[in-house]
Amino acid sequence: MHPWVGAGPEDRRQILSELGLQSIDDLFASIPSGVCVDGIDLPPARDEDWIRRTLGNMASTNISMDSIPCFLGAGVYRHVQPSVVDAVLSRAEFFTSYTPYQPEISQGTLQVIFEFQTLISRLTGLDTANASLYDGATSLVEAVLFSHRVLRGKRNLVVVAETIHPMYRRVLDTYTEAAGIDVAVVAPGDDGRLDPEAILEIAGDRACCIAVQSPNFLGIVEDLPVLAAAAHDSGALAVEVVTEAVSLGLLAGGGRFGFDVVCGEAQSFGVAPGFGGPHLGFFACASKHLRQMPGRLAGETVDENGSRAFCLTLSTREQHIRRAKATSNICTNQGLMALAATVWLETIGGSGLRELATSCLARTEELKRRLTAVGDPWRLAYPQSPTFNEFLLIGPGSGTELVERLASEGVLAGVPTTDWSGSWPDGVLAAVTERNPVTDLDALVNALEKLS
Amino acid sequence: MKRRAIRSEPLFFERNSRRLRRQGYLLPALDVPEIEPSDVLPPELLREPDPHFPDVSEMEVVQHFHRLSQLNYAVDEGLYPLGSCTMKYNPRINEQTARIPGFASLHPLQPQSQIQGALRLIWELEESLKTITGMPGATLQPAAGAHGELTGILMIRKALEARGEKREVVLAPDSAHGTNPATATFAGFRAQEIPSADDGTADLGALDRMMDETVAALMLTVPNTLGLFEHQILEISDLVHRRGGFIYMDGANLNSFVGRALPGLMGADAMHINLHKTFSTPHGGGGPGAGPVTVSEALLLHLPVPKVIRGDEGFELQWQDPASIGQMRGFYGNFLILVRALTYIWSLGAEGLRSMSDVAVLYANLIRHRLNGAYHLKFDAPSLHEVVFDDSIQTRHEVHNVDIAKRLLDYGFHPPTMSFPLIVHGALMIEPAESVAPEEIEAFCDAMLAIAKEVETDPQLVKSAPHDTPVGRVDEVRAARNLKVTWTPDDEG
Repeated sequence: MHPWVGAGPEDRRQILSELGLQSIDDLFASIPSGVCVDGIDLPPARDEDWIRRTLGNMASTNISMDSIPCFLGAGVYRHVQPSVVDAVLSRAEFFTSYTPYQPEISQGTLQVIFEFQTLISRLTGLDTANASLYDGATSLVEAVLFSHRVLRGKRNLVVVAETIHPMYRRVLDTYTEAAGIDVAVVAPGDDGRLDPEAILEIAGDRACCIAVQSPNFLGIVEDLPVLAAAAHDSGALAVEVVTEAVSLGLLAGGGRFGFDVVCGEAQSFGVAPGFGGPHLGFFACASKHLRQMPGRLAGETVDENGSRAFCLTLSTREQHIRRAKATSNICTNQGLMALAATVWLETIGGSGLRELATSCLARTEELKRRLTAVGDPWRLAYPQSPTFNEFLLIGPGSGTELVERLASEGVLAGVPTTDWSGSWPDGVLAAVTERNPVTDLDALVNALEKLS
Repeated sequence: MKRRAIRSEPLFFERNSRRLRRQGYLLPALDVPEIEPSDVLPPELLREPDPHFPDVSEMEVVQHFHRLSQLNYAVDEGLYPLGSCTMKYNPRINEQTARIPGFASLHPLQPQSQIQGALRLIWELEESLKTITGMPGATLQPAAGAHGELTGILMIRKALEARGEKREVVLAPDSAHGTNPATATFAGFRAQEIPSADDGTADLGALDRMMDETVAALMLTVPNTLGLFEHQILEISDLVHRRGGFIYMDGANLNSFVGRALPGLMGADAMHINLHKTFSTPHGGGGPGAGPVTVSEALLLHLPVPKVIRGDEGFELQWQDPASIGQMRGFYGNFLILVRALTYIWSLGAEGLRSMSDVAVLYANLIRHRLNGAYHLKFDAPSLHEVVFDDSIQTRHEVHNVDIAKRLLDYGFHPPTMSFPLIVHGALMIEPAESVAPEEIEAFCDAMLAIAKEVETDPQLVKSAPHDTPVGRVDEVRAARNLKVTWTPDDEG
């Protein structure tokens, strides 16, 4: 017996007798004996107390971002977490339901997806968004494959900015290698920003898309209008990747500047860092390309009485209908994370989001000012370039060493670029959010001074 | 007092129609000097305020989502017998352990000395899944089952490359999940269907004819989507292996044989495991799931990076590995889903996991026994955790599977999976899972039998269902014809 198994021994005997069977073993008679085992070599059942204690102890050997001043970012950010978000996520009507195949009893989930799509559409400046994808890295993959499809496979090169999160580029490599698509990487200029001329030169007339990230991996805001123009001059689609979605509270999404796809990671909107997942990929494009879009979509319609209703739509693009010809093999979205983002955005509100983003910006500028004042051997890698809430800091040692030494001073100073090498120097990427009070800034500055 | 039945809820964007600013959340006080964004950022890149993105109070938000939640059916409400989806109970302890701050507030790029507990958890779950499948390697990176399929097929591709072979075809039975052929195409292969034999299992003779030097792999769901165990599994895997191919096992139906049989013994080279099915992590309205992949000796070298290695000084992430297929997604997988799955495995233990499968199979057989006759069973062979009926008895009264499904909504049950697998016309695919009490299985059977009677006495009642849901039958054709996937304010037309 176990609390999660609905039938006790007597129940089982009664059912077996109705079925005319002697033993449960009879039910498995169709399995050839050559593949059978009698039980598995795992420990016995554990009670809740044991589970809580054991996993609690395991978790306590980790250092949580909430326990000491923390400036970690690089694609995963710690923003305010209104208690409303987890309260809604904990409602069984949401978390114990599945894909809304039966719209008559799934209007809650469907309307949430529709609101999520609308929010992403308005933030990205494009008129269509899907119900979400696995994460930011795979959203870039989907954007590249989407571009390849839109241009009917005639252009086989993808030009990606070196300043797209290096992990995203690694993931992209895995897929493009399998799909036989070539990838060219374009390095930033001395100011950490992309040069449209360099893009045009590399793209030639072979590129199906030009993918850039803004704010980029170094935290620097790119000149999106000229990059979109460069992409279109070369006949390619323009793809913007966003890894810090809160930046969209202040910065216009690429759609306004002509980008054909804006995709990325929306973990910042109320999703826990969670050691990297589950997070929330998003994907927005112009409606003229809707039929090439990957992933689930909710659409508005009516019921038989003419009342507004929602349902999944355009599933003819998807694997369960199209099978081998589907636009993607994706079967699910990140439903519950899309719910988290929707609750988060609707709680924070439109003006609230701008205020929150402005708070990140103000704190970042203040920290940069203070670090500049500390001076030698500490310096900003790109002091002249505009950043949103993240920047690269150079100090006396490799980024990895600095992060370890600053951790022993009680500060999680950021993410080292040591293992993410590129045309930028080896240092520490520091991210600042509205959750870093001025005492955090003091703590980091004090720790740096000790190391000077 | 009569409770107000909630039938609809305005969109968030339609709230606060006066567009007056209210406050939904109090942000931390600004304790650094204020700043004008246009002084720091290029003004031409800044966003204009959006008048259609309202600010509402906290309670408005809570009411909005509370009301929306009332429009949903869920596992906690009643039986959710969606075939192939294993809609079991989502234990509440899982939700608690996944929210422990040392897991939930952990950044994936912290130094390894600060994340030992998280790496240990990954290692522990990998070990458990290796034991459960009898396979020597595992990766927890894939975000979902379909993503696991892709991971497995890319590993097979890599292994073939390492042997200096180029094989272009991936085979899958005509009863396979749609993700199988979609994955094969996505990975650069040509998908080819193997017909099923008369008993519903894979046709060994057809496989023998198709399995040549162009075939990279056979993707096989065990037990298959009819709930039938591939009784010739050893002959099948032996044939594929002898001719240089690999066996990809779709583990969607693992819930039917834990503790009874091992995929490792069946000849599987790669197999994904849907943690949101067999291991109880919530379906969340459509994700996030997790699709770890276990592998045989033959694919061990090609597992994705980063790998978690247990060293002398604790756990390490290994990023560099030339034989690996590379990285499949950001970071290390849907980690908080992994926490839930390990909680489940540890809670049930060896005996509990076995009784989980035992009762899942017992319930499916009870349903099969009670409904057989009232509904037609195309493949009447012993089945495991699910049973696939069809609507051929009901179509005599011009009632189709979709009508039966909609009528079930009135009886308070989620319908079975419909029109899948494709080899059963008008399919009703029922998978009860093991969690509910027997009384609920019986109540579901009673509802199905009552509907079968209604079909004979009052078919129109069934065809016009549902009658008792928040909205009537939804016009899905119109949704696809007049596409509207975002809300547009009147002034933007």
